[in-house]
Amino acid sequence: MSDTPYFHSVRLDAEKCKGCTTCLKRCPTEAIRIRNNRATILHERCIDCGECIRVCTSHAKIAVTDPLEIIDGFKYKIALPAPTLYSQFIHVHRSEPIIASLLKIGFDDVFEVARAAEVVSYAISKLLITEDRPKPVISSACPVILRLIQINFPSLLDNVIDMISPMEAAAKIAKEEFAKKHGVPVGEIGAFFISPCAAKMTAVKNPLGQEKSYVDGVIAIKDIYTRIEKHLKEGFDPLEIDRASTVGIKWAIPGGETSAVGSRNSLCVDGVENVMRVLEQIENARFERLDYFEGLACTNGCLGGPLTVENCFVAKNRLASVVKHTAQRMVSKTEIFEDAVSTLRMTQEIEPNEVMQLRGSIFERIKRAEEIEMICKGLPGFDCGSCGSPTCRALAWDIAHGYANELNCVFKLQERISQMAEEMVKLGESTRFTSYRKDDGSKKEGL
Amino acid sequence: MMIKETYQVTAGDMTAAGDVSARIKRHMKQLGIPASVMRRVAVGTYEAEINLVIHSDGGRIDFAITPEGIDIRVVDVGPGIADIEKAMTEGWSTATNEVRNMGFGAGMGLPNMKRNADEFTIASEVGVGTDIHMLFRI
Ligand SMILES: Nc1ncnc2c1ncn2[C@@H]1O[C@H](COP(=O)(O)OP(=O)(O)OP(=O)(O)O)[C@@H](O)[C@H]1O
Ligand code: SF4
Ligand SMILES: [Mg+2]
Repeated sequence: MSDTPYFHSVRLDAEKCKGCTTCLKRCPTEAIRIRNNRATILHERCIDCGECIRVCTSHAKIAVTDPLEIIDGFKYKIALPAPTLYSQFIHVHRSEPIIASLLKIGFDDVFEVARAAEVVSYAISKLLITEDRPKPVISSACPVILRLIQINFPSLLDNVIDMISPMEAAAKIAKEEFAKKHGVPVGEIGAFFISPCAAKMTAVKNPLGQEKSYVDGVIAIKDIYTRIEKHLKEGFDPLEIDRASTVGIKWAIPGGETSAVGSRNSLCVDGVENVMRVLEQIENARFERLDYFEGLACTNGCLGGPLTVENCFVAKNRLASVVKHTAQRMVSKTEIFEDAVSTLRMTQEIEPNEVMQLRGSIFERIKRAEEIEMICKGLPGFDCGSCGSPTCRALAWDIAHGYANELNCVFKLQERISQMAEEMVKLGESTRFTSYRKDDGSKKEGL
Repeated sequence: MMIKETYQVTAGDMTAAGDVSARIKRHMKQLGIPASVMRRVAVGTYEAEINLVIHSDGGRIDFAITPEGIDIRVVDVGPGIADIEKAMTEGWSTATNEVRNMGFGAGMGLPNMKRNADEFTIASEVGVGTDIHMLFRI
């Protein structure tokens, strides 16, 4: 791991935050707290899933990505469109005009991430046959799910396939091909992902399984949308690039990866809450006959990514029609395919992330756990979120660590206030009594 | 004994089946129990919990951390198992079709508990109940 501070795409716009509890309750890793009437994100826990962006009615949760201008930092610029991009434009049921538009807005070349997805699928299917692995093998494509496994399901890290994602593979292959074709140094080529996904931005800044990302910038679909749209109705020259087939484009749809990998007994689950439930069951060894598991954080997979423009169900429909207009067969299997098992392999181990763990020796951890348990038992157990922590248990954790106190709980506060009121009454009565005694001696004692 | 928690499990409530083992798992993750041990305990407690829901009249699961390791005790209030040897055989099950349709009843639960635990004992008396003890060394 590098020493540079961890970069998160998902952030808070404090100006807009009203301090409500909407996002608090939706965060799958309990990474949000409301303190002093503002949300704060606990950065070590955030997995950049974008749930909070989707639910915030004040639009106070944002995703930071690169502006299009970032491409100007490179002499040669390659766009890497996610297949999701093809589903975003009304009345456009083909990928060609979209790719042509990318070439018109400043890119020198386009390499479809769907093409890389085909190579990655091929390599994974080979690995599944040739190597004995803990089952089910878990896809590494969705960066949110990788972070989720690191934090919440570390015992499943061995199940994760050690292949880089199609985005990374695309950047790597695109630069190599471009350098070879035009005889220019790889260092002068920039590869830019056109992204439906906030977490991909985070993954590029802090890569998992590899030391450095091959991607030089991540541009949000919603930021580049109108610029592409402007050129869609114009004519264009025949595209001179190797095109992806249906196999790769279907990766944008949940289940596309599993069907491309072609394992017999596979399962695809979308939506981070659902994925968590299934990972829980995988951990309980209830799915041992499952060969392959594809978990996608967003509902409808990348089509529902937080940086998209179109409604994910509409997008799914449209992508199906794009698939109909796409060549079916995989492009000829060049040596890129044959070598992928080694060239597109992760080079670093993915380590467990221990943020959910208590600190110190086992003895100290047990003591702290007991303390949390004690505090928790004293809380009402409504998990209402009014205290600013997502659950009573989370508040107990926060109290035990000194980040909050019991009176953050509105019910505890109420209890304390009525207690104090009672005491005040008593106090008032007793002081009245003593002052009365002071004034008038002991004549009327007992009144 | 350093830490001890008791969780009640209600018979027949499939919607809550898995909640207790999930809580125990969470507890272990918080304590930083090594992933491999945690996984084995998770499998053992999950299978035990499902058996309580499906086959028993209700019971409890005790979770304790002792100097020996993670100690799980599963006690129910009946109906008990008549032939323990049979019950411990892989593939032997009395689960109803309804339960099988929910993906349970392969007759693998008890054998899996035994396989995952470092120590496993089971005692049962018809009309009284079943008492299972599992120890997982850390
Ligand atoms: N707590 C219990 N009380 C009464 N009978 C039990 C109890 N636990 C298990 N049994 C009996 O032992 C049999 C075998 O249990 P086991 O857990 O191995 O398999 P199963 O529950 O039938 O199926 P699976 O666990 O694979 O879903 C059960 O079918 C049931 O008849
Ligand atoms: S499903 Fe796709 S868009 Fe959503 S987080 Fe995962 S990779 Fe990103
Ligand atoms: Mg069972």
